[in-house]
Amino acid sequence: MPAAPAEAPAARAGRLAVRKTYKLYIGGAFPRSESGRTYLVDGDNVALASRKDARDAVIAARKAQAKWGGATAYNRGQVLYRIAEMVEARRDEFIARGVPAAEVDAAVDRWVWYAGWSDKIAQVHGGANPVAGPFFNISAPEPTGVVGVVSPASFLGLVSVIAPAIVTGNTVVVLVSAPQAAVTLAEVLATSDLPGGVVNILTGRPAETAPWLASHDDVNALDLTGVADPELAGDLERAAAGSLKRVVRPPVDTPDFTADPGLHPMTALLETKTVWHPKGF
Amino acid sequence: MFEYAPAPESRSIVDIAPSYGLFIDGSFVPASSSGGVFKTVNPASEEVLAEIASAGADDVDLAVAAARRAFGPWSALPGAERAKYLFRIARIIQERSRELAVLESLDNGKPIRESRDVDLPLVAAHFFYYAGWADKLAYAGFGPDPRPLGVAAQVIPWNFPMLMLAWKIAPALAAGNTVVLKPAETTPLSALFFADICRQADLPPGVVNIITGAGETGRALVEHPDVNKVAFTGSTEVGRQIARSIAGTRKRLTLELGGKAANIVFDDAPIDQAVEGIVNGIFFNQGHVCCAGSRLLVQESAYDEVLTALKRRMSTLRVGDPLDKNTDIGAINSAEQLSRIRELSEIGAAEGAERWSPQCDLPSQGFWFAPTIFTGVTQAHRIAREEIFGPVLSVLTFRTPDEAIEKANNTPYGLSAGVWTEKGSLILAMADKLRAGVVWANTFNKFDPTSPFGGYKESGYGREGGRHGLEAYLA
Repeated sequence: MPAAPAEAPAARAGRLAVRKTYKLYIGGAFPRSESGRTYLVDGDNVALASRKDARDAVIAARKAQAKWGGATAYNRGQVLYRIAEMVEARRDEFIARGVPAAEVDAAVDRWVWYAGWSDKIAQVHGGANPVAGPFFNISAPEPTGVVGVVSPASFLGLVSVIAPAIVTGNTVVVLVSAPQAAVTLAEVLATSDLPGGVVNILTGRPAETAPWLASHDDVNALDLTGVADPELAGDLERAAAGSLKRVVRPPVDTPDFTADPGLHPMTALLETKTVWHPKGF
Repeated sequence: MFEYAPAPESRSIVDIAPSYGLFIDGSFVPASSSGGVFKTVNPASEEVLAEIASAGADDVDLAVAAARRAFGPWSALPGAERAKYLFRIARIIQERSRELAVLESLDNGKPIRESRDVDLPLVAAHFFYYAGWADKLAYAGFGPDPRPLGVAAQVIPWNFPMLMLAWKIAPALAAGNTVVLKPAETTPLSALFFADICRQADLPPGVVNIITGAGETGRALVEHPDVNKVAFTGSTEVGRQIARSIAGTRKRLTLELGGKAANIVFDDAPIDQAVEGIVNGIFFNQGHVCCAGSRLLVQESAYDEVLTALKRRMSTLRVGDPLDKNTDIGAINSAEQLSRIRELSEIGAAEGAERWSPQCDLPSQGFWFAPTIFTGVTQAHRIAREEIFGPVLSVLTFRTPDEAIEKANNTPYGLSAGVWTEKGSLILAMADKLRAGVVWANTFNKFDPTSPFGGYKESGYGREGGRHGLEAYLA
């Protein structure tokens, strides 16, 4: 992400700007790293997430999952749309953090697109099965649970991995390496009616923290869309096999996040539950 | 109780050859020098049924190469033509249904009543169902231009040999893939008879290849570099190994693994029906069912009534000759499986659960285990946590729906669950909260080709059956 000094406008009138402290986003709060570590990005010290932070984030995500997954689809759609509103409102700030304007707009549109899927995915991806017998038989998608995500570096990429995971009721722990826009997104999420813990964002070195998510028994799925190193992706996938996590592999070609994502980003993180009941008098 | 006269099904309808080769590129061939042979036995009598070729690495290469060669033309066929082959196969299966049912009971040990009335009708139904999808893939909801993946490596277990073959092969072929399938080493015969059905249907050579052998053959197949898709049904441990082995490759994977299903009975349930469901849930197919209802959760207020009725019902189960049409419980599939069931049952007793079986005489030859229940089981007991894969039921109790949910979900597995209550709102609330891929309410162990089947958590990933079953075979 290009360096862009992000001084607030008020700083110009001869006063000293108040800088932002870049912290993690876990369970709806903004803690520093438990390890006390930071790393330097464009002159800012940014919290450097540790193994313990990753584990805390999984605990927060697990705690939030039942309620978020149990919320009505209408409610989840409203929350996602609210996120779009708040990103739109902070458009200038994202641009000041180095996100191209077109990308901010595309990200807003993506939130709006996914907001509309919340109450449609079960209709499109589930339904009644005409079994050969006197049974009511229906399949519906359900969230997989807690999803560990290694995010692509771009802001649109980040939104493109978070939105499809949470719209259906999963909660996520997202590892990001390009922190400024991600931390700003965390601030958006914190003020968007999204319950704490649904999205947890860890800044730092994904290569260091991702193995802890991959081998964590209480993580149900792993999205490796943002892993560029095939060897690391293979290691993470092997670690994920321990608890038979669902894995979204890194794309073969550089993904075009402006393209229509299709259903796969959502369906890859869904289970299908089929319920049978006899029919009769 | 009155005695039943023996009512054996004739086995003369099946002609089993003394030995079988591998079915590669449309013909039966002996295993290469890297392979070998093994014997398959009738678990009810320990009689050797046939000598089977064991595919070595070279044979796996040949089979995958044959499937690769066949893939181009097969996937290029119009869907309607592929459909016709699948319809043909479905018809031949129906026509040879009795023969195949007897064969399955001989090789597997399952009662003829089940192979005849459950397995084979479902096998034919799966081919019919997926035949109809072959020319409608663009309507399946996985994008406007669905394409097959290529060569599918499929490894199936011994509990439903022919049915698992149908679950794997029918959607793969409908979507335009070619397959190399390895049946389990204790039950290879029905897959080899299926090879003959493929020839009878004039299926192009190489579209379906059947290679027999044990775990090593399966590993070589799954790890073969020219395979695009792996589908496995079997134990969670082997599933884990497969997931590890394909990590970092572009191979697609679906897994149907173990389970430890809770069958939850509320005190307002129709008790007689619930007891039938409990019996069907755990004693169907000798309990060799990944989705078997192996943990019975009974509401405390109904415990005495349910247990009394269950024990009375279990006393009427007939264990014995799988080919007898009156048999409810056949033979355990292998000596190895029998020893595992015995071991876990002994651990159950040693850990303090109370063991009970009805009075029953077991044949002296073959592998047998009486239907067994354990009462006084807690969640910490190994028999409540580990998959036994035999006719052994653990009984636990609960007081509130919340407690039932908590106990039911307290397992790394998530394949299936049962709920028994007259109250519709309770059924729907329970179904919502159970973390399992299939929930049977006031019924159990029902299967249908249109109905997706598969697990949450460590019961594997992907679904088989229904529209969802196609997804695993399409790009």
